[in-house]
This record gives sequence, structure tokens and C-alpha cells, in this order.
Amino acid sequence: MTPSHRDLLLGWLGFALALALLPLALQSDFALSVASKIGIAIVFALSYNMLLGQGGMLSFGHAVYSGLGGYFTIHVLAAVNDGRVDLPVSLLPLVGGLAGMGFAVLLGWVSTRRAGTTFAMISLGIGELVTACVLMVPAFFGGEAGISANRVTGSAWLGIDFASQTQMYYLIAAWALVCVAAMHYLTRTPFGRLANAVRDNPERVAFVGYSTRLVRYQLMVLAGLFAGISGGLAALNNEIVTIETVGAHASGLVLLMVFIGGMGYFTGPIIGAIVVTLLQTVVSTYTHAWLFYFGLLFLVMVLFAPGGFASLLAGGSATLRAPGALQRTLPSLLLGLVALASLLAASVLAVESAYRLWSGSAKATLAWGTLQLDPASASPWLVAAVLTALGAALLVACGRIGPAKELA
Amino acid sequence: MEFALISLLNGASYGMLLFMLSSGLTLIFGMMGVLNFAHASFYMLGAYFAFQVSSSLGWWPALLMVPLLVGLLGAGVERFGLRRVHRFGHVAELLFTFGLAFMIEEIVHLAWGRNAVDYAVPAELDGTLFTLFNTAFPVYRGLMIVVSAGMMATLYLLLTRTRIGLIIQAALTHPEMAESLGHNVPRVFMLTFGMGCAMAGLAGVIGGNAFVTEPSMAAAMGSIVFVVVVVGGLGSMGGALAASLLIGVLQTFAVGIEWRPLAALGPGAADSVLQQLATLKLSQMAPILPYLLMVAMLIVRPRGLMGQRED
Amino acid sequence: MNKQTVRAALAAITLAGVAGATGAQTIKLAYIEVLSGPLGAVGELGSKNLQFVIDELNARGGVLGGRKFEMLPFDSKGSPQEALAALKSATDQGIPFIVQGNSSAVAGALVDAINKHNERNPAKRVMFLNFAAIDPDLTDEKCSFWHFRFDSHVDMKMHGITNAIKADPKVKKVFLINQDYAFGHQVTRAAKEMLAAKRPDVQVVGEDLHPLGRVKDFAPYVAKIRAAGADTIITANWGQDLTLLVRAAKDSKLDVDWYTYYAGAYGSAAAIGDAGIGRVKNIVEWNPNVVNPKMDAFYVAYKAKWPAPADEFFYYRMKVMMGMLGTALEQAKDTDAQKVASALEGMTWQGDVGEVTMRKNDHQLLQPLYIPTFAKVGSGGVRVSLEGSGYGFGNALVVPAAETALPSSCKMQRPTAP
Repeated sequence: MTPSHRDLLLGWLGFALALALLPLALQSDFALSVASKIGIAIVFALSYNMLLGQGGMLSFGHAVYSGLGGYFTIHVLAAVNDGRVDLPVSLLPLVGGLAGMGFAVLLGWVSTRRAGTTFAMISLGIGELVTACVLMVPAFFGGEAGISANRVTGSAWLGIDFASQTQMYYLIAAWALVCVAAMHYLTRTPFGRLANAVRDNPERVAFVGYSTRLVRYQLMVLAGLFAGISGGLAALNNEIVTIETVGAHASGLVLLMVFIGGMGYFTGPIIGAIVVTLLQTVVSTYTHAWLFYFGLLFLVMVLFAPGGFASLLAGGSATLRAPGALQRTLPSLLLGLVALASLLAASVLAVESAYRLWSGSAKATLAWGTLQLDPASASPWLVAAVLTALGAALLVACGRIGPAKELA
Repeated sequence: MEFALISLLNGASYGMLLFMLSSGLTLIFGMMGVLNFAHASFYMLGAYFAFQVSSSLGWWPALLMVPLLVGLLGAGVERFGLRRVHRFGHVAELLFTFGLAFMIEEIVHLAWGRNAVDYAVPAELDGTLFTLFNTAFPVYRGLMIVVSAGMMATLYLLLTRTRIGLIIQAALTHPEMAESLGHNVPRVFMLTFGMGCAMAGLAGVIGGNAFVTEPSMAAAMGSIVFVVVVVGGLGSMGGALAASLLIGVLQTFAVGIEWRPLAALGPGAADSVLQQLATLKLSQMAPILPYLLMVAMLIVRPRGLMGQRED
Repeated sequence: MNKQTVRAALAAITLAGVAGATGAQTIKLAYIEVLSGPLGAVGELGSKNLQFVIDELNARGGVLGGRKFEMLPFDSKGSPQEALAALKSATDQGIPFIVQGNSSAVAGALVDAINKHNERNPAKRVMFLNFAAIDPDLTDEKCSFWHFRFDSHVDMKMHGITNAIKADPKVKKVFLINQDYAFGHQVTRAAKEMLAAKRPDVQVVGEDLHPLGRVKDFAPYVAKIRAAGADTIITANWGQDLTLLVRAAKDSKLDVDWYTYYAGAYGSAAAIGDAGIGRVKNIVEWNPNVVNPKMDAFYVAYKAKWPAPADEFFYYRMKVMMGMLGTALEQAKDTDAQKVASALEGMTWQGDVGEVTMRKNDHQLLQPLYIPTFAKVGSGGVRVSLEGSGYGFGNALVVPAAETALPSSCKMQRPTAP
């Protein structure tokens, strides 16, 4: 599917415009900081997809590069605070990028010697190693407390001192636009195509005459660069870098993001980054069981939609583009949506009730508007059972109607 | 001398526990070609189920029932989950087990809370087996060694001397051939997965009360088990045994060694990076030694100590 | 949670924010703690303790003419970065008081972020009430006008412990084992300095730092302690690190005395068992075996509301914190952070257990400390079973508040008068 140049340009302009106008729609600082986090996650997820989606390299330790990039950035920022270095704050993510790239040059040489499962295991080992080392050298990494610095420093150019979240958001949006464009461009270069070839059939590539090892290594170094940039942006946004940024949890999270979004499409990681960050920041304020929903979403995706959200959207839009498709598929589509909503409501109800029941939490009843349900009684469970039955029945009916199958 | 002997015994008992866990993982890897991230979660479930059963029925019934229970659960997961994802490829299988590990941890949070539970060693086993010099060697540690050795022997006999064992071996190496000869290979896979999980569950019953039973135990044990399997050689039982013992003893001994391996880097300025690296003792580095070993092994000899398959 | 709930909740939050800004009924506190993940139980228990303290205060009429306190929990997930996100959310809603304690790492990040926030948003300043993060730096190098600490820090507690060791002739060879991060390093340093000064005859036969929360098998460390010939262990290990260490020592029948910081918390009492009777000590500002009629009544009321064994009341210092906050609010006649902070620093307050002082120069609380010994219920001064284990800590040595006062290197930057 090759969009025409005009479509592509419009797409980019639209993206840039959306990024620029977003703060007008989001009024609170908290919402802007969520948007900033999403921007950072997008760059990180796209850098990871360079390895996974384009190169076929499953890595369990990608956070090492973004985390180390973040540590270097915050040290340079601290140096700017002290007056030892004179660099504009807006260029500091590049420091992170260079650090990430440097470590990718070092560690990537070792890890890209093999491919497949071996590569995955090496990346896991390196991730654990770096995490352990972070605690052992507090002089550089700050131990459990991490390293902090102040981004409001130096002379404010045009009144931009990054004191407000809005200015920080624009900085992140600008860097995100540049990185996304760069990574997209990479996919269209011969090198990008070569990486795809190495993913699909490494033996053949070797026979054609390229060194698969070298291609993977170069890919790793580039991925490290962009991961480092995202780490640098995170360092500026949070003004602190801690051990979690290099840990297995962060590596696992980016993997989840890319998979849920869809690793076969360029926009997949973007979607995944948005969905997962929203889950993490917004949903977690409403329920303690957010991790459970997260895992459930992931499992459902793996079982029923391993291509991720992007593939669902792409497949759906392809189906809907056929003439008259909308009328044909609308009933089953609506039924399917209602069924999913009902199943979702049922599972939320069940999980929240179970959670309150078993954790003996201070808030013992489920409150939803004016409705109060006590988990100890049978009512929430009955409602959940009814909703599940309804959802299941609707799904069956949906399947019977037929055309919805084309969407899967 | 006392320290060395006691550390050897402690390291061996810890290594045998690791072997119980990693043998199941090796078996499953041999079958799927993919590492099962949720393996340590079955270990955790084994420990929690044992806690539950032993509070009502006693520990010995738990020892018998819980591995069966966990094995059944594992077989169910294979039948209804893994089999579905199998056609999507290795990455999807790996990710499925990843998500499963996540979910199991959350379910444990829901059911038993986030705090550690008081799964204790039963009173009749809470004593001293023998006293070496001045140190008491607990009965329970001895039991750990005995149970793991027994399990290893049983597994070996099962795989090499029984008909079903031979079929399993055939299905693992030549699945299509075994299928064309008329054996129900998917059912064999389900059985193997169940067996692997049952072994993890057994490890949980034994290890859960010696080490704390808490929701993060899966994550902690899981990474070490991967190291063992990789160092030993993916797919090799003998390698898993050798690597488990090696890593168990290595970690136990390293704690007592005050040697500073990076002393040559110092002395640097006070509180500088070099100075801190130079003063690091091997005992402080003990936890990262397994990972160093794994990375070194993967670079130098990716098929591990005794593995046959690479990649 | 569907869109309707989300919208309703968002509306509620906005409304609450507006209400907070215009100074409506309740005075809000943001409780930023670990509420999920492996250490979630720690934060959850703290929230139960704090909620009970607040309920009691509200029942007595609240402050500033009948205004009640309200606690809003935020999940820091144990990570400084998440805590900062929670802080942003709290300041967005106009909450003036931040409460936190578990993990000095998180506290340090919060102090830094609050300093920056208060500087960049003078209209929305907040105060930080720290009830458990005891890294000395928070009232030394990193001291802040907006931060108040309501627990004695590492050095103060070590001062008390080493004074107890000074009076104990049995102690000859000490082994220090702690967690390998800033907190553990501080404890090791303080122990060595103070032992050298007070008991030069005591030999430190070994010191070990192990990774935080990663060691499952402490048998090798126990073997090392035995090989060194120690008769006393000083440790500030907490949570699972303490439980496993104690258990490993019990399994191999290690014959030592223990001086700990946290042996009275989170399940360690059950792990210690008979082997610890008369030999394990810890250092606290109160426990249920300290005989005091007012706190006894309070404790009974708390256990009536939360009877489960795991729901202990640990944080007497939360009662002190809220009591002093209430008094400061009455003195300032306002919830503005600068006015309340100015009223709070230097305050002397009469608590149920004793008099406490909030030192003006570094915002460190001076309170009496107790060093009790482990015993079975019904003996050794133990009246109450800790977490239903059948054991407790009693017969405490008292360390008067004045004795815990240590010099501070704090150079506090005070805001200019508004």
C-alpha cells in the first residue's frame, strides 16, 4: 500500500498541526504532562520497532539505551546548572542520543553477533547487568535516588525558559516530529529495505552478499540513537533520572507498546505508545487493578489480534473502502461493538468487585454515579454474569451475520 | 574450611532448587523452541497453592496435590492459549507467555494480596540435619536436595525407559514424523507442557517456604532460571543440571569473598566513579555474576555448556 | 470504567480543583505512597493509619472553624518518577499538603520537585510532610523550607542505638549488614563513626552491603558472620531483607544479639520466633507496649476498626504530624504554605507520649525514642501481640528527645516575606 506523495505530505502536515494545536484543547498541566509523556513514548516505541518490526530482532533490554541516554543528559544539564558547560537546553536531547548511540556501538557489537532467541537472551542479560551496575556506582547514577537537575537554567532565549509544562510540551513535540520523520525516512531507504530483508530471510541476504551481522549492528546503533534521544527528552521532562529508566520493566513496557500497537506498521508503535501511556497515567488514577487490565488487554491482543491495533484499523479501513461495504457491515459492526462493550463492562465489574473484596480496601463499595454496589453481595456478580452472557450472545449473532469476519 | 564446606552444601541445595525449575523450562523449550516466560509464574502459583492447601490439609498432602494441580493448569494453558498462538510464530508465543506471566502475577495480587504470605516450613521438618563444625545444616535443605534428585531420576527414567517417554522424545525432535506414524503429537505437547509446569509447581512447594512466598518471587527467580537454561544449553537436561549447580555454588561462594576485582582502577578521587568501582568487593557483585556468565557464554559459546541446538 | 465514568470523574476533579482554589470546606492532603506492586502493602497500611488519625481529628471538630481534613491517596508505584507525576496531579488540583514517607529516594525527588514548583508557581505553593524517609541529607544538604520531617533520621537513631551498646558490656564484636544503597551506606558509616567514638574497645569484624530486595538466600551471609566471630549484628534492613536474614540466622542457629531499626514491622516478628527472645532490639518512637493511657485507648479504638492481624498501628508519628499541622494552621489562620510553614517551624508540641519540637534551622523533629527488646506476650513487658504473632517488643530503654539532637549542616533558603 503506497500512498501518493500528496497524501503523505498532507499526513505529515496534519500530524504537525495536531501536535501544535493540542495544548489549546488540553487545559490542565496534568493533561499536558500526559501528552508530553506520550510524545516521549512515541519516539521510544518507534526506535524499538526499528529493531523488532523492521529488523526482526526481539530485544528485552532496549531501555538500557534510553536510560543511559537520560543519565548522560541529566549530568550535562547539571553541568549547565553549575555553569561548567554552556549548551542550550533544547539541544540536550542530542547528548542523550549520542550517549545511547555510543552504548549501542559498544554493547551492540556484542549482542548482534547472534540473532533470534540468542539475541533476545543476550539483551535480557545486558539489561539485568546494567540495572545491577547502576546501583553499584552511585557516583554516576545516584543510586536509588537517581540524579536530578533543573531545566530552568542559562539565558532564556525569546523568553523560553521551560518553566511551564506547555513550553516543555512544544520542545518534545518538535523533537518527536523530527525523530518520527527521520525514522520514517529510514524505512524508505535501501538500508531500511535491507533490514526488512534480513528480518524475512537472513540466509538469502547472506547469499546475495551482504553481511547480516553488519546490517543488524547498524540497525542497533541507529535504534540506540533514537532511544537515547527519547531518554534525553524524558530527563528534561522529569528533571530526574532514576534506575527504573534502564530496568526490565521499562524494556517490557516498550515491547508491550509496540506489540499492542502493531509491529508490522509504521504507525503501530505510535498507537501503542498512546494507548499504553494513557492506561498508565489516566486509568491508574481510577483503579488499583490497572495492571490487571493491562495484562488482560495484552493477552487478548496476542490471542485474537497479533497484528495489533494498527492491523485492525488497516484491515477495517480496507474492508470499508469497498463500495457498499458500510451498509453491509454496519449491523454486524454495531453488534460487535455493543458485544465488546458489554464484555468489557462485565470484566471491569468483576475485577473491581473482586479487588475490593479481597484487598479489604478502604473503599469497599463500587460507586458509579448514584449507583452503589456492594461486592460482598450477589448483585455485582449477577450483573457481570448477565453482561457476559449478553456479550457472548451478541458475538455469536455477530459471527452469524457474516461480513464482520472480514474485519478480523 | 568450615565456610567452604557449608557454602558448598548451601550452594548445592540452592542449585538443586534451580535445577527443579530449569529442568521444566528446558523440557518446554525443547518442545516449543520458545522460552516460556511464565515458567517462574507457575513456580509462584505452586508456592501459593501449597500455602493454601497446607493451611487446611497439611504440608504432605500439598506436596502430592499441588504439582498435579499446577500441571493441569499448565496443560490447560497450552491447550487453550499456546496452541492458538502457535500459528502466529515464535515471537507471538514468547509474547503470550510474557503476558501470561503478567496476568498470573496480577491474579495472585487479587487473590492473596501484595504482602508476603506466611507459608512456613512444617514443624516436623524444621530442625537440624547435622552440625558441621559449628553451623547447623537444616533438615529442610537436605529435603530440597533429596526431592530434586528424586525428581531428576524419575524424569530420566520416564523419558528413557517408558513408552510415553520415548514418544515424547520423538515428538520433540521429529514432530512431523511422529505425527505421520500415528501419534497424537498435539496431545504429547500438552502433556509435556503440563509436566514442565508440574515440575515448576513442585519447585514452588519446596522453595516457597524456604524463601519468602510473595508476588515478586516469580520475577526474581525467573531471570536466574533463564540464565541457568542459557548457560547450560538450550534443550539439554544435563547442561541444566551442571549450570544450576555451578550458579548456585558461584553465588553462594561469592558472598564470602572480599576480593576487589577492579582494585587496579583506583585509588581515584573520593566519591568518584573510579574510586567506587575500585572499592567494589566481589561479595557486592555477587548478584550480577550469573548475568555476566550468561553474556560471556552467549558470546563465546552460544549453544551453552552442553546444548545441541543453536538459536 | 467507561467514558461516562471518565467524564464524571474528570468533572469531579475539576470541581474539586476549583473548590480547593476557592478554599471550600475540606483541607486536602495528598498521600503519595506505594499503593501497587510488591511493596503496595506498606503504603496501604500507612493510608489506613493516616485515615484513622484524620478521622479522629475531624471527629474532634477539625481546624480553622470546623474545616475537616481529607486525605487523597496517589500511587507513586515506588518510583521517584511516578511520584513526580502524582505530585503534578496533586498540585493541579490545588492540594496544599503533600504527605510521604516510604523511600528516601522518593522523598528526595519530591523535595527537589516541590522546591522547583514553589519557585515557578508562587500562587500554588505546597508543603511536604515527611513521616518516614530518614536519609539525613533531607535535613542537611538538601534541606528545604517547605520540607518537614516527623521521624528521627538515620544518625539520630544510630546515636540512640550506640548509646545502648555503650551501656551493654556483652557487645565485643560487631558485624554490620545493610542494603546497598544510600540509606544502607549512611547506616554503616554512622555505626562505624559512633562506635569508634563511644566504645573504642568494640571491634567491627565485618561489614556487608547486599542488593536491595534481591537476595533470597541469606545463608552465605550468615556463614560469613559466623566465620567473622561476631556476637552482635547491627542492621537497618527492612521488609523481606530483614525477614530472610533473620530466618537464615535462625535456621543455622546463629548465636548473636541484634540491634535493628525495623524489626517491629511487616511480618518480621513472626519470622524471628523464639530464637529472638531477649536478643533482638529495635528503635521506635512508640509501640503498643509503651504504657500510656491515651495511646492505649487510641490503639484499642484503631484495632476495633481494623481487627485483622496484619493491620497494625505503627505510625504514632502520623498523629504527631497531623496534630502539629492542625496547630500550625490555627496559628497561621490560613492554608497558605508559607504561613503554615513559618508557624510550624520552631513549634514545641505536647504529644500523648511526650513533648516534641520541630527544630527551626533544619525542620527536623526532636522526639523521645524507645529501644525495646523482643519477648513473648505476657513477659518482658510485652502486653500486646504484634500482628498476631504472639511476640512483641517491650521493656524499652528511653532516649530523651534532647539526647537525639545532632548538629545539622543545613543552610536553609527562606522565601522572602510575601
